[in-house]
Amino acid sequence: MSALVMNEFKVLKEKNPLFVIDAIIQRHNVDPGAAIPILQDIQNAFGYVAPEVLERVSELTGIWASELYSIVTFYSQFRMEPIGENLIQVCHGTACHLAGAEKITEALQHETGARGGGTSPDGKFTLEKVACLGCCSLAPVITVNEETFGRLTPAAVGKVIGEVRKGKSDCAHDALVCGGGCSNG
Amino acid sequence: MAEYQVKIGLASCSIAAGAAKVYDLLNEALLQKGIYLQRTGCRGLCYCEPQVEVISPEGKSYLYGNVNLANASRIVTEHIQGGVPAEDFLLQGPDKDGEAGSFLRKQQRFLLHNCGKIDPENIQSYLAAGGYSGLEKALAQTQQEVIAEIKASGLRGRGGAGFPTHLKWTFASQAKGTQKYIICNADEGDPGAFMDRSILESDPHSVLEGMLIAAYAIGANAGYIYIRAEYPLAIRRLKVAIAQAKEHYFLGHDILGVGFDFEIYIREGAGAFVCGEETALIASIEGKRGMPRFRPPFPVEAGLFGKPTSINNVETFANVPRIIALGASAYSVYGTEESKGTKVFALAGKVNRGGLIEVPMGMTIREIVFEIGGGISSGKPLKAVQTGGPSGGCIPATLEDTPVDYESLKKIGAIMGSGGLLVMDEETCMVDVAKFFLSFTREESCGKCTFCRVGTEQMLRILERITAGEGKEEDIATLQTLGEKIQAGSLCGLGQTMPNPVLTTIKYFREEYEAHVRDKVCPAKVCKALIDYEIVSEDCKGCGLCVKQCPVGAISGEKKAPHVIDAENCLRCGLCINSCKFNCIVVLSKPVTVSRQNAQGQRVGVMK
Repeated sequence: MSALVMNEFKVLKEKNPLFVIDAIIQRHNVDPGAAIPILQDIQNAFGYVAPEVLERVSELTGIWASELYSIVTFYSQFRMEPIGENLIQVCHGTACHLAGAEKITEALQHETGARGGGTSPDGKFTLEKVACLGCCSLAPVITVNEETFGRLTPAAVGKVIGEVRKGKSDCAHDALVCGGGCSNG
Repeated sequence: MAEYQVKIGLASCSIAAGAAKVYDLLNEALLQKGIYLQRTGCRGLCYCEPQVEVISPEGKSYLYGNVNLANASRIVTEHIQGGVPAEDFLLQGPDKDGEAGSFLRKQQRFLLHNCGKIDPENIQSYLAAGGYSGLEKALAQTQQEVIAEIKASGLRGRGGAGFPTHLKWTFASQAKGTQKYIICNADEGDPGAFMDRSILESDPHSVLEGMLIAAYAIGANAGYIYIRAEYPLAIRRLKVAIAQAKEHYFLGHDILGVGFDFEIYIREGAGAFVCGEETALIASIEGKRGMPRFRPPFPVEAGLFGKPTSINNVETFANVPRIIALGASAYSVYGTEESKGTKVFALAGKVNRGGLIEVPMGMTIREIVFEIGGGISSGKPLKAVQTGGPSGGCIPATLEDTPVDYESLKKIGAIMGSGGLLVMDEETCMVDVAKFFLSFTREESCGKCTFCRVGTEQMLRILERITAGEGKEEDIATLQTLGEKIQAGSLCGLGQTMPNPVLTTIKYFREEYEAHVRDKVCPAKVCKALIDYEIVSEDCKGCGLCVKQCPVGAISGEKKAPHVIDAENCLRCGLCINSCKFNCIVVLSKPVTVSRQNAQGQRVGVMK
């Protein structure tokens, strides 16, 4: 979705969240098989797909709510609950598994407080296990808010989370890639 | 006067390694010299990203690796201003072959020839490299001639099954109906595989051109690219490529004035591995749950929206323009009798030089791992190579001379798969690897067939039991029987191939299973229930770093005195080992005789 459209959605969302859904559906209505792209756009706009949203989509598209529900529960991309401020995805591909993705996960749970995965009690972090991100040569890999971090160690995870807490994931990247000396302070 | 040309690789791997920052820095420095910094895709040398290539005014190429913010400016000051290449991080140059040379020498970059050389977001760059000449040539031929050329090349589906591409196109072209579809399967779900991502990020027009030629050959006028949402950069570059192709009239109405219409749409996957299976993929594009259906009818007769549809993989499409442009023999000269051409692999795991490689079919595993990959990164012996992801098998080191082609791999119980090639050393537990793949397929089974749905669960439970040190004597035989039944009783490729990792590891590493089951020992010291962490007291300085790291407070000791780990509370997470600066924490096999639950509810073994 373009930044422009996202902006438009933001304005609409402040007025009434349902307007956003209406706008999204209008962009798709002629497309056969549009149910999945519609739900993807809704998740992009809200961060998750709330069950009550499905009713509205159903009213406007004529697709049964039960069918929409079956889609949302089938595909692992869809979330039905809101996420924390920062979304961390831990790659669990084969290369990452061999390189210790499990240890990275444990370190992340330890650092963020999101024990057992999910969202941390302070609402700052959501941990998600994802299938291969395709950066196998840099294993183990995580993404923090869509920024990729590779060749991680449990110690490096501590640094990354520390910087993200300070609101500087940028610096975290520099600290890892260049071994410190971040110019952003 | 001729100028220096400077190129920087910007694909997902490079960006994750910091290439975007290097780009910003270099771009600013070069702009002051009036030099345009060109973006390219992936060169495949993922082990030393980010990379920058400098082409001298005389046309000589210098490739730098592991470029970072600290050394990037030296490329400008020392090389471009001073005329002296910065030798210490130069990978390859006119007088230097180095490791990059060894990595590239045995490869045959037929379809990757543009990757890392052209700007993936600029159609002019693709056109300058001969892009869309395959399409022009195809449109001047009849549909039958195009299919005959593909037949002569011997191209087989690169998604894994190896079905002859020309047959699929012939069936689709002969199918009745005016509305037909082309689908590009870019749902690269195998963990450990990133060939399609790299191709789409580095040379997206080659895939569009391949789709166009296929569409012309079968008479389709609409195409879909079904791509994983986990590949945002590939999606963005595809969108750019489609828009540019439209501007240049390679897509749309009356293409190149021969009355051929074709449109391409992108559909993002929503995270379901089974959607790599063609009928599930079609269901997903139609807006349904991605569940496979019974075949026949095959998609070539009744596919997307019930219309004849040819589904091919990204790599298959990317091969097509070159085959048409250069002629079938330029492709069929490579490879073996049955498996023609080249194959792209994602070489990863415990290997020195991991990356994206393209080799002629029939190259042996040993050549790939040791000559291209530079051997094992840990310095330990090779244990196995895994091909084909969760559908494939583990090939033991004893079979390292097996040629990599469809037939040879099938013969030893593995499969070619889409191209993931994972190298494992002796630190890898094969039972754990089998368990990893099975837990993946258990989650990804769509649930339609009982054998796949329930069978994966049962097999996984047995493997969990074995790795927990609670395996029973009959478990190995049960796994084999279950595996064979699941293969026979499943509808789609996911279920039919899912037992392969288990069956091949039992076939080639039975003694490792037996060690887990009988002796309750994990020889690779991976399975948590069968190992203990211990601090070597002679080496421990009592610095206390590990105490801070331990999430459950299982480490104790006086400052500056040797510490100890409480085995009962220890989670075996390994955080302490990573924190220890004196390497004094070791992993030991423990002789387990009975097991019980610890405070965290985990089953651990304890000594009698």
